[in-house]
Amino acid sequence: MIIEGKKRLWQEYQKEIADDRYFYVRSCVRQNFFPASEKVFLRILKEELGKDVYENAAHTTCSGIGYHSDVVPFETAMTVIARQFSLMTESGYEHFVTSCITSFGLYSEVLETWKHFPDVLQKVRGYLKEATGRTFELPKNVAHASDVIFRFRNEIASRGTHRLVNHLTGKPLRVVEHIGCHYSKMFPSKGVGGAEYPYVLVGMIEDWGGEVIDYPERRHCCGFGFRQYIVRANRGYSIANSKKKFESMKPYQPDFILTNCPGCPMFFDRWQYALSEMEGVTYGQNGEGIPVLTYEELSGLILGYDPWDLGLQVHQVPVEPLLDKLGIPYDPETKFAGKDGQDLGRPDAPTHMKFF
Amino acid sequence: MKEFGYTVHKERLIDYDRNDKRVLNHLKKHEPSVLTCIACGSCTATCSAGQLVDFNIRLVQTLLRRGEIEPLKKEVRKCMLCGKCILICPRGVNMRNLILAIQTAIDKLQ
Amino acid sequence: MTRTTVIIGGGVAGMTAASRLADLGEQVILLEREEQVGGHLRNWDRLFPNRRPGYEVLNYLTEELGSKVDIRCLQTVTTIFSGERDFQLQLASGKSLRCDALLLATGFDLFDARRKEEYGYAIYDNVITSAELEELFRSGAPITTRQGKVPKRVGFVHCVGSRDEKAGNLYCSKVCCVTGVKQAIEIKELFPEAEVFGFYMDLRMFDRHFEEMYYEAQQKWDINFLRGRVSECAENQDQSIVLKIEDTLTSRPLKMTVDLLVLLVGFVPSPETLRLAAMLDLPVGEDRFLEPADEHTKSTLTVKPGVFLAGAVKGPFSISNAIADAGTAALQIHAYLKTL
Repeated sequence: MIIEGKKRLWQEYQKEIADDRYFYVRSCVRQNFFPASEKVFLRILKEELGKDVYENAAHTTCSGIGYHSDVVPFETAMTVIARQFSLMTESGYEHFVTSCITSFGLYSEVLETWKHFPDVLQKVRGYLKEATGRTFELPKNVAHASDVIFRFRNEIASRGTHRLVNHLTGKPLRVVEHIGCHYSKMFPSKGVGGAEYPYVLVGMIEDWGGEVIDYPERRHCCGFGFRQYIVRANRGYSIANSKKKFESMKPYQPDFILTNCPGCPMFFDRWQYALSEMEGVTYGQNGEGIPVLTYEELSGLILGYDPWDLGLQVHQVPVEPLLDKLGIPYDPETKFAGKDGQDLGRPDAPTHMKFF
Repeated sequence: MKEFGYTVHKERLIDYDRNDKRVLNHLKKHEPSVLTCIACGSCTATCSAGQLVDFNIRLVQTLLRRGEIEPLKKEVRKCMLCGKCILICPRGVNMRNLILAIQTAIDKLQ
Repeated sequence: MTRTTVIIGGGVAGMTAASRLADLGEQVILLEREEQVGGHLRNWDRLFPNRRPGYEVLNYLTEELGSKVDIRCLQTVTTIFSGERDFQLQLASGKSLRCDALLLATGFDLFDARRKEEYGYAIYDNVITSAELEELFRSGAPITTRQGKVPKRVGFVHCVGSRDEKAGNLYCSKVCCVTGVKQAIEIKELFPEAEVFGFYMDLRMFDRHFEEMYYEAQQKWDINFLRGRVSECAENQDQSIVLKIEDTLTSRPLKMTVDLLVLLVGFVPSPETLRLAAMLDLPVGEDRFLEPADEHTKSTLTVKPGVFLAGAVKGPFSISNAIADAGTAALQIHAYLKTL
């Protein structure tokens, strides 16, 4: 691998990321999948970095799940998105930040459509006015939340208590990074580092002391899809894609997988469990799985937040081996205690994957 | 093993690194004219069997070269050995002997 | 008054035109940007279709030039003023030149393979270009992977930067197909045990002896041609390259590891050509190559009297075709000068 070649490409795909006053829109599913991620993002931005982040309670789904499952027409999706922009305009913000990758892709797709077809924009303004009486301005800057963390990665590192180094051996942790397809595959120029060699997560990993693994199936989709997962009979297709990736990354012995999409960490995490139950295979060392983190969860670990406050206990692949490598203390007794101290119940141990 | 109501799909790609080249190597010795095929399809268009059943004699050499033994086994059985394809082939590939030699190689493997 | 022709570009076309014009009694000044004339031919080891050494042709062209042409190397034209019936050239050296006729023979550049990001050129250790392979052949150095291994499987990717609208080049670069077949044979000559693959969309064996060479590649050298455009490459742990392609003849995706992957890079118009064309107000085609006055009948003339074109300024050319074209240009220039 010739790292200079990648660096040259990364230089070509720089993108503007606003540095304050964000209008933040949440994902439909992430609070179920990774309950603390969005909360941690807000905590880091507001409390650690002192940024102005605003959320409007009236914001809805972007309709991306429906759009990608062929049940929401594009006109409807555009009108829903126009309404989000009107909430942003009303609240006095211009920098739009999305938590979800598919939303980010859909916002980009809609804005690009309006740029090339101004008559479509006029039509959508009409639809929104007719349906809700609202008007809107276009955002000055659209970023994915991982772009924002990327932008402040050095500030996070300097405030952090941990680095991506194995505290027993002193060696950098080896990390697989996986970018959501809708982050830059549709519009390479809208992603930090482009689409073939995205830099957004690589930048975090490297500047936080870790080492990035580039394995053959790196660019392959995690397999989430939408139609593919939603219908149970199709899930074999979804899991086969994840399996292809696990098999390709396994020889590199990754310490964990870092992701920036709602779906990818969900499926990397849950499918490792499902594959272990269906085929008896595990992809980490010594019968362990490969822990999977969102970039917010990782930022939280770097900043020394309590792993159970980051919601890491709801991951299906246990994260304890990673916490041990990082030298992050945790209390096994409180793993399944809720925020109010009430016992959440303990899941059944998997048959093959090592459980803690 | 647990049942979740779905199974892991098998990959449908040709994994060239893993495929078995023994039949191909046999053919390179016993019917080297196969190497000169340009996949023009004139054999398939004129093939007696291919008019009536799902048989593509051009595909036989392609599967052979990729080491796709399982589909190859099924394919060679469909040939009626009439020889029309040899008559038409612009590169002079001896298809009758190709089919026979593939069968011989497959038999040897088993 | 002596009539002078300035030829800009001392590659195959420029050298040939200079010799022909001198033979016709014209006074010629040949300007070359590099230290020596010869252009891309200087970097090429052996030529298709007969695999003769490139230096044979280069030596022939050089000997032909002899001392009958005023060759000026390390010269760049900064500006051109078009007069009523002549041209004033300002050179970067500070000198200026007057001429009655001007021949643009500034040739082409090779496509920058880094632009096909998915192939990982200049990122993955064992992805090289056809020009680099040729340079390796020419140097006589042992051909190995970057890790020093003898390659057991080598792939050639056709149409890199050609027939690719997304790369901005819709056109076919014409000579890469035959170059790929030539280089594949040369790899087999060096490594008879190696498996060699050509990944192609069409094999355009357009000229004499080319199809025979392709036949030889299959029949004698057992080179495997797989129809499909390589869609992406990645690096394995041992730095070999794994590529994904559709095997369009079975309609299935195919994955394969190669030790060395050679990208057959196409032609692109050189920025120098376009800069000179802009100064002379010459029409440029949609493919960004220069347009002659008439594609069929005035292929070395331009719409501007006194300005002529030869070789790859007009698109992809083989050496034989560039030599023939340059001869035609010389005759056209000679005929033009007689009218002055």
